[in-house]
Amino acid sequence: MSTGPGLETLVDQTISVITNDGRNIVGILKGFDQATNVILDESHERVYSTKEGVQQLVLGLYIIRGDNISVVGELDEDLDSSLDLSKLRAHPLKPVIH
Amino acid sequence: MLFFSYFKDLVGREVTVELKNDLAIRGTLHSVDQYLNIKLENTRVVDQDKYPHMLSVRNCFIRGSVVRYVQLPPEGVDVELLHDATRREARGG
Repeated sequence: MSTGPGLETLVDQTISVITNDGRNIVGILKGFDQATNVILDESHERVYSTKEGVQQLVLGLYIIRGDNISVVGELDEDLDSSLDLSKLRAHPLKPVIH
Repeated sequence: MLFFSYFKDLVGREVTVELKNDLAIRGTLHSVDQYLNIKLENTRVVDQDKYPHMLSVRNCFIRGSVVRYVQLPPEGVDVELLHDATRREARGG
């Protein structure tokens, strides 16, 4: 157990980031640092709403400042392709309140 | 350093991490670092109907700064040991 919970194992994989303001951004992890700043390539935002299915907004190359990151999840491609995003309805996540 | 070591001892246990956005994630504790960032494996969100945002995530990294609570298994808590350790730390040893 010498390795901490770094993000090195996730480099070049598709990840799903939840930000402190409740957004969900999916992209390929290209880089990160100590402060959890991350570089995402080919990223898109998934916008959740209760009125319609999940909207996907193309963002492209993105840098997210670590301060603003809540969770970095490893996206399981099989699970993800089995999801029907157009039928998923949910409130957007609440922002983090420190 | 105390809680860092404490969490390191809990690696492999099933925990629930509640975040400051009310999301609660349950999974096996994989690792912790000095910032108390946490990596969980085999995760599921506690209320998946309300929070389907992580349905396709099975392993995740949680930033220490957004953790509100970590719910531990009762057998992972040794109150006596924690008492001693906190007192020792308070004394500066």
